[in-house]
Amino acid sequence: MAGIQLVGVNKRYGGTEIIPEFNLEIESGEFLVFLGPSGCGKSTLLRMIAGLEPVSAGQIRIGGQDVTASAPGERDLAMVFQHYALYPHMTVRENMAFGLRNVNVPAAEIDRRITEAARMLELEGMLARKPIQLSGGQRQRVAIGRAVVKEPGAFLFDEPLSNLDAALRNRTRVELARLHQRLKTTMVFVTHDQVEAMTLASRIVVMNRGRIEQMGTPIEIYRKPATRFVAGFIGSPAMNFIDAIPVAAEADCIKVRLADGTELQTGVPTQAARKDAKLVAGVRAESLTLDDASPVRGRADVIERLGERTLVYVTLSNGHSVVAQAHRESPVASGDLVGLHFEPEHVHLFDEAGLAWHAA
Amino acid sequence: MCICLMKPGLPGMPHKGAAMTTTLSALPAAARASSQPKVKGVQHWSNALFVLPFVLVYIALLVVPVVTGLWLSLNDVDVLSGDRAFIGLANFARLWHDDIFRGAIRNTFLFVLMTTPAFVALGLALALALNRQDRVGTALRTIFFGSSVLSVTIVTLVWRLVFMTDKGLLANVMHSLGLASINPLTSSALALPAIALVTVWWIIGLPMMLFLAALQQIPEEIYEAAAMDNAGRWRTFWSITLPQLRKTVALVAIIEVILQFQLFGQAQLMTNGGPNNSSRPLVQFIYEAGFQQWALGYSAAAAQVLFGLMLIGVALQMWISKRGQTQSGEST
Repeated sequence: MAGIQLVGVNKRYGGTEIIPEFNLEIESGEFLVFLGPSGCGKSTLLRMIAGLEPVSAGQIRIGGQDVTASAPGERDLAMVFQHYALYPHMTVRENMAFGLRNVNVPAAEIDRRITEAARMLELEGMLARKPIQLSGGQRQRVAIGRAVVKEPGAFLFDEPLSNLDAALRNRTRVELARLHQRLKTTMVFVTHDQVEAMTLASRIVVMNRGRIEQMGTPIEIYRKPATRFVAGFIGSPAMNFIDAIPVAAEADCIKVRLADGTELQTGVPTQAARKDAKLVAGVRAESLTLDDASPVRGRADVIERLGERTLVYVTLSNGHSVVAQAHRESPVASGDLVGLHFEPEHVHLFDEAGLAWHAA
Repeated sequence: MCICLMKPGLPGMPHKGAAMTTTLSALPAAARASSQPKVKGVQHWSNALFVLPFVLVYIALLVVPVVTGLWLSLNDVDVLSGDRAFIGLANFARLWHDDIFRGAIRNTFLFVLMTTPAFVALGLALALALNRQDRVGTALRTIFFGSSVLSVTIVTLVWRLVFMTDKGLLANVMHSLGLASINPLTSSALALPAIALVTVWWIIGLPMMLFLAALQQIPEEIYEAAAMDNAGRWRTFWSITLPQLRKTVALVAIIEVILQFQLFGQAQLMTNGGPNNSSRPLVQFIYEAGFQQWALGYSAAAAQVLFGLMLIGVALQMWISKRGQTQSGEST
């Protein structure tokens, strides 16, 4: 187990700065997920930790040692790649043994580790097969097994589930969670899939344009997104954003006026928010429910019945579209005029800089 | 099995032009029996028409000449009088006792043994060195491939100048080193190796390009995985790159065996088979027998021997490469 520190890490390609000064401390044994859209620099960051990409400036420490200039194989890391990166001409056993032979691990020890990893990942019957004879899920398990047998200080995962179909992705996700519980080794995982991040991470680093937008536990990030970017990126369906203008404070909390003239009481303390002329109110679908008594009204366009709940896409009188949640057996139908109830304690406000203000 | 046919709108259908779906399984059995084989037969013949042009050209340009050559080899043919007499295997028996023919076979084999490993090793070495995406790499790849487009007359002319006694580049280099100059083309021991050198210089570009194409097919992620697995440069080459290139190595070897068995132009233009028949290849023997001595049957018999040798050589290569794959358990 090893902690990882990134100190002032910077990456440039020519004159283009991909990652400005980046500082992060990954605790030993932590499951940290870099989450962000394509091109935000999360994979580059992981590759810099792995040593596959040189850093332009800054320092990378693994287990307290400066490894900035070390070769990838000397960093006590194992990496699982997006496209598996198995050696196609080697059997599963040879794939797993290759890295160990390179560092002269005794044959008996190699056999012991492979047997153990194969049992853990249910690869016992496949050790003599070539990667081409395996399914996508099996290949990914072999790639994980190849990393496990190295018994590294930390695991790096570069979008390892993105090539799998939905059912297999869910299963492999659970297997990864179990693996972390069993090994208790530091794991750094890169993904653009918020479900993977939310379910696996002990801490999420949300990235945008090479910078950290927010860092925290999955629930912190979901409940109190630091910026409008994070609020929109995390959660499915995405958070609803509605333009709003602050009006007189009531009960120490900000009240805003929506574009259709209705006023909305929030739980955001008055002293917390900046006194911007324009704000954006954000509310998740599960905090926006149908209520015929509410003055905020709109027409239901599309009804999505998901089994455990119903999502209702509503067009407000000013043309804004929002998603509300209804009971799974709600009788609401497309074309119905509906009222929307906002839960004040779950309404977030975003100022013009995109910073968020939450209910106390 | 249920086959659905989409038919255009029929008269009397509610919407003109609307598609109607008919399920064959719903049709009477007799109707199915009469319609299915007919459709199948029509498809079968139309499919054959697609390959017919190729088959015709193949028969005209390959099968007919091969069969004609085989037939000629069993005959004593007088080109001038047009007389032809069937003599069975007499031409082959004569070849067996012909010292020059046996020498030509020996020379051809030696030439293939000298050039083919060089094409594989040098082609791979050049490809590895020039597998880089910069201007220098591009320029060097163009230069190395450039010689392949030259004609055999130009190449042999240039190299005859290089090897020229006392005045050539080789002689000048040897003089500058304080050594006596030598023209390898006039030496029985060096003539064939000199032709082999010229041939490798001339067409090394093709194997290099084949290896480059194969190298660029190897995913970068595999090398990254090897780097994470602590593999050094040599370990990566032997354990990752080379096994990935096995099929290309076999391809290059087979292509070169076929090509180099047919050595002719360089030997004809640089040494004319000499000195003392030491560089006369089989194709030159065939040419001289057929078009200088006008012994077409004898020449055709020698050509059959070359054909057989090439067939054996290629079969051997394919067997070796296939055996290698089986031993390593590679699936095809």
